[in-house]
Amino acid sequence: MAEQAGEQPVRSERTGDVAVVYASDYLTKLSGERVERECRRRLEEGCRALVVDFSQTGLVNSIAVSILLGVIDAANRAKAPLVFANVKDQAKQIFELLGLTRHVKLARDQQDALDMIADSNAVGFATNTKAASD
Amino acid sequence: MPNAETAKLLHAFAALADLGEEIAATRDFEQMVRSTLHVVLGALGLRRGAVAEYDAASSAFTFVAAWGMGDDAPSELKFDARQLDEALREAGEPSRYFERRIRSSFRAEFESWQIAIVSPLVVREELVGVILLGGKATEEAFTSDEREVVGTMARHIGVGIHNHRLLREIETRAEENRKLYEDLRSVYRNTVRAFAAAIDCKDKYTQGHSERVGKYSEWIAREMGWDEVSVEEIAIGGYLHDVGKLVVERDIINAPYRIDAKQSSELNRHPAAGFEILAPLHDTEATIPIVAKYHHERVDGRGYPEGLAGDKIPLCAKIVNVADSFDAMTTDRTYKRRKEFPEVVEDFRKSTGKQFAPQPVVALCRALLKELDGETRERRFTRLLGKDYLQKETCRPLLLSLLEELEAGERAAVGSI
Repeated sequence: MAEQAGEQPVRSERTGDVAVVYASDYLTKLSGERVERECRRRLEEGCRALVVDFSQTGLVNSIAVSILLGVIDAANRAKAPLVFANVKDQAKQIFELLGLTRHVKLARDQQDALDMIADSNAVGFATNTKAASD
Repeated sequence: MPNAETAKLLHAFAALADLGEEIAATRDFEQMVRSTLHVVLGALGLRRGAVAEYDAASSAFTFVAAWGMGDDAPSELKFDARQLDEALREAGEPSRYFERRIRSSFRAEFESWQIAIVSPLVVREELVGVILLGGKATEEAFTSDEREVVGTMARHIGVGIHNHRLLREIETRAEENRKLYEDLRSVYRNTVRAFAAAIDCKDKYTQGHSERVGKYSEWIAREMGWDEVSVEEIAIGGYLHDVGKLVVERDIINAPYRIDAKQSSELNRHPAAGFEILAPLHDTEATIPIVAKYHHERVDGRGYPEGLAGDKIPLCAKIVNVADSFDAMTTDRTYKRRKEFPEVVEDFRKSTGKQFAPQPVVALCRALLKELDGETRERRFTRLLGKDYLQKETCRPLLLSLLEELEAGERAAVGSI
């Protein structure tokens, strides 16, 4: 789905077959749906695994949880491994409490996330090869 | 550290606070419903859900928001709530009753959509929608506290939908009223124009005079920066300025010669008569009757009916006075042909400060210049005066010279204060 007028595009980049999508602070409002759309767009364009990076995300609220459950749903439907990276403690507690961690792995940072995906052998890719970026 | 159940409840309470904020936020209906659905799903960690609005007129739920439903996202479900009123009264709590009926009506659909909770949105026993929720991400069963949280949130969302409906209804009514008001204004304007035409019918040589004076007055006032309401008032004042002529003998109005003093005195009754006719329809201080009463006053105090001078004459009357004279000079009359434009300018030069107030004359000159310079798309003066009457080569320098003179006079007058 195209970005709506006036909306900042969600930052994302592609490393081999893995898309890294930055959750930023959009998640706590309806505009956070853009994060889910960006994840779906990356999956549709052929990415076979997803990393959602929370390094620039502050507090996580109920809207954020719902949107992330949508991301989990999208990844499940595409049978793509999904890892959350750089998750802060408050968010981690909520994810555990509400069962998100049953469906997604948490990684210390992006590299850790990429390693987890490589180890899972779900997809074949070179972790340090940046194929494209936007 | 609180235990898991307490932490979940704290998170749900925080979500309740978010819910109030999302409902109160001023944005469109769909966004409000979508946000609230996210709050409910995120409060309990639910993987899918949808909110539908109920429309009693079409007996259908229309889905406004869905999340996590994939291709299952429904668009509409037919459901007749009207037949249930009797049973509802007997059943006690409306929410429980509607829940049972909705569940039994759509058992197969809810099963295929993996819906765990059906929560009708009910406000004052009226069904306004339904919220459908899937299972928890933890895959655990719902606790009674969680069901209570969903019920509370559903009540909030129901009120939110109800309020938005009321707002939409108010907006619709306001739009209907606005259209009605516009229709009334249109009828009013047409009535005034018809009345103006009736006034002019008394004088075979001034047909269209009142309408033209209305238009010139409107253009002068707009050029003077008046707001649209005042511009419309003065236009109507212009249309009706001669209404008092209805009480003057037709023979005097149509006399094919210069009338004598007695006849002139009879004719000069028309401003006061016009005021008497219009005052009961408007405030006596309002533009329309004031224009009728004072449009023959002169700034040097030699006009009628009261011989007011300078600032004692209301500005609206000064404007219509200029418009009235401009039309008298530029149209054929019983006993004389219309003046050529240079003569008109000369008359204004001589009579401004005596018969005419300077500001409306300046505004008239500027409006004419704008048309000559092509600054206005509409050639409105040309339409009334005829296409050969206003020649740019001759008229423009005359108007510029008169303007310069009048503006210098204005500056000198301000400087002497």
